[in-house]
Amino acid sequence: MDRNRLKHQVASMRSSLFDQGYLDEPFIQLEELQDDDNPNFVQEIVTLFYTDSARLIQNIEHALNSRRIDFDKLDDYMHQFKGSSSSIGAKKVTNECTVFREYCSAENAEGCIRSFQQVKQEYAILRRKLEVYLQMVRQAAVSRTT
Amino acid sequence: MNSSIGKAYMSTASSSAGRKAGDAAAAAAAAADQFPAGLRVLVVDDDPTCLMILEKMLRTCLYEVTKCNRAETALSMLRENKNGFDVVISDVHMPDMDGFKLLEHIGLEMDLPVIMMSADDGKHVVMKGVTHGACDYLIKPVRIEALKNIWQHVVRKRKNEWKDFEQSGSVEEGDRQLKQSEDADYSSSANEGNWKSSKRRKDDEDETDERDDTSSLKKPRVVWSVELHQQFVAAVNQLGIDKAVPKKILELMNVPGLTRENVASHLQKYRLYLRRLSGVSQHPGNLNNSFMSPQEATFGPLSSLSGLDLQTLAATGQLPAQSLVTLQSSGLGRPTGKSGIPMPLIDQRNIFSFENPKLRFGEGQQQHVNNNKQMNLLHGIPTTMEPKQLAGLHHGAQSMGNMNMQVASHGSQSSQNNPLLMQMAQPQARGQMLNDSSLGHAPRLLSPMGQPMLSNGIAANVPTRNGIQENIRAPSYNPVPQTSSMLNFPMNHASELPGNSYPLGSTPGISSLTPKVAFREDVNSDIKGSVGFLPSYDIFNDLDHHKPQNWELQNVGMTFDASQHSNSLQGNLNHAQSVLVQQGFSSGQMNGQNRSATVVSKTMFSSGDSTGHVNAQNGNQPLNSLLVDGTVRVKSETPTNLYPDDFGQEDLMSALLKQQDVIAPAEHEFDFDGYSLDNIPV
Repeated sequence: MDRNRLKHQVASMRSSLFDQGYLDEPFIQLEELQDDDNPNFVQEIVTLFYTDSARLIQNIEHALNSRRIDFDKLDDYMHQFKGSSSSIGAKKVTNECTVFREYCSAENAEGCIRSFQQVKQEYAILRRKLEVYLQMVRQAAVSRTT
Repeated sequence: MNSSIGKAYMSTASSSAGRKAGDAAAAAAAAADQFPAGLRVLVVDDDPTCLMILEKMLRTCLYEVTKCNRAETALSMLRENKNGFDVVISDVHMPDMDGFKLLEHIGLEMDLPVIMMSADDGKHVVMKGVTHGACDYLIKPVRIEALKNIWQHVVRKRKNEWKDFEQSGSVEEGDRQLKQSEDADYSSSANEGNWKSSKRRKDDEDETDERDDTSSLKKPRVVWSVELHQQFVAAVNQLGIDKAVPKKILELMNVPGLTRENVASHLQKYRLYLRRLSGVSQHPGNLNNSFMSPQEATFGPLSSLSGLDLQTLAATGQLPAQSLVTLQSSGLGRPTGKSGIPMPLIDQRNIFSFENPKLRFGEGQQQHVNNNKQMNLLHGIPTTMEPKQLAGLHHGAQSMGNMNMQVASHGSQSSQNNPLLMQMAQPQARGQMLNDSSLGHAPRLLSPMGQPMLSNGIAANVPTRNGIQENIRAPSYNPVPQTSSMLNFPMNHASELPGNSYPLGSTPGISSLTPKVAFREDVNSDIKGSVGFLPSYDIFNDLDHHKPQNWELQNVGMTFDASQHSNSLQGNLNHAQSVLVQQGFSSGQMNGQNRSATVVSKTMFSSGDSTGHVNAQNGNQPLNSLLVDGTVRVKSETPTNLYPDDFGQEDLMSALLKQQDVIAPAEHEFDFDGYSLDNIPV
């Protein structure tokens, strides 16, 4: 595909990610950190985020499924998850994490379970969108101007 | 854990400087020119995403970055390469070790500036960073702009150390002169302004610099290497934490060139550290075990002072009174230890005024609790502090920690100074909360060491903020933001100290006197030259309820007004310097106090249990007579009401003495055990 067109699409998608609140300022920082020394920096970070998130999500699931919920531990996991999602600028995900933590501190198991569903959902949506977006970015980078 | 080291930038800089040519000097010069490029940063975070982002950001700032995902690993790296890093950035929340623990370790062992970070921006957590000595606190997600300026903490710390070093001269000779010059240095702080100037007027001030970053240690800074610290810990363990006296530790360590004062100050920090550990021991996974690597040797029994930290912190003036109260109520509670570090209830109404310039306080030694305990905190501090003075005291975050009270150990006039005094790093409080890098590391200095335990309702108003600046000579530690005001006074009463800016409430259940000790800031630990010091301690004593307070004047370095007593303690206080920790009081008010009679007392208040006792040194000797000898002995007496105003020296003294009578031997777990005030000859 024409490079310019690709670039245009990339820009457009990027804007909408920000406009719709999926991404936030820290993501821009990531983009700015990308340079010749680390040409795939954003992708690397995002991949790292996926891996780490998968682990945390699993831990949270497990903790929520236990007979006696350990809210401290839950909060701990979610604190970590929130930390990493906020550092990549995953705005919606981070917000859902905040809601979860509120339920957690109130020791509201049901609230935690419900809000965790929201967290997972937002995470899944963001992940899909980012994957599409970054793929487009890669394509634009390697494409030639026709 | 990836310990990649970004050499790229550094190499570029170096190579251009001619490193290829093997010209190390040129390389160094080039590096210096490039500063802050090449700043060696160690970043610790268990979150891999954040860690990678930070690493990249730091590299972009041209720093030389080493990343680490575990606190223990970071600590070993730091230990292996003590001088390999300039600054550490650490997350608060880590699975293997609490970030604050790591912070303390670094402060104790390496004395590097540490920046904390967390997604948690709650006031409490941030405050914790402050009190534990972090030089900065970043909220995640961290922006690169926040990292661009971290070099300032390195520079600041170096600057403080340099000053420190400059001022530390040979132990004895230069002291006097140094003190003088230090005093001169002091005038910078607004808080201390008046006080300092008045202090300066007195020629013989012994101690200075509380507020200043530079501890007024006269001695060259001692760097506590891992090995040295291990030797220290081994010696302490061998002696038993309760019996570990600096002198004995020193002997056991057998390190040439190490002085008792060095050991004393380090011991103080160590104790604080232990207290902290015990305070957090409930915190899962938090204990030192995780990082107590084999090389560390056990830190010894953890005291169960939960509130100790807080107190110390408060005392250093880092904590605003309100925060302190909040923190206290949040669960620090009373220490469970026997001597329990009392919550630093600083009863504002209790102000100690020390009229008597010559106070010799025996060191609070547990062993000698009964009579030697010196904590006679405030004894001898003759000046009455008017409430407004107190108010004045409290500004500036001066850590009170440095109350140097010469605590003369009664009957054991050893030559040792209260090592604690040494330790008190001057709290930087220049009205700052511990952000000062200098403070950063040694908040713990607040150590109870030398904190007088106020007994019976004697509130020592230890202005935490005011800067009790002690010029503690903490050779290797920067001023510790000791919450001097927080001196743990197991005060039973909670009296309001008028004008006290530290409204440290009494901990529930502890009616403690808020010790308001107005200490002159520039406590020169060097009593030798002691010359009029100042601190006027007003002893406010709600004697009505006073319960025996545990007064331990650990390091009471009192600088006595030379004018008053020509045979001032100087003789006794030869090493007082280190001991004298002056509580930085905003001294303006102090000035009014009897200068002549003021004793610069750096009292370290140690928390004692409610049965606190002031270990009076001697029997009830009238102050005057004590003064005559140049030693003041505080004896425990039934507490009498002390009123801050218009207390004549004698009156105060006797009041103090009386109070001490009732004070039972303090068994404080803290601190001052075994500290003998050597310098005050009995």
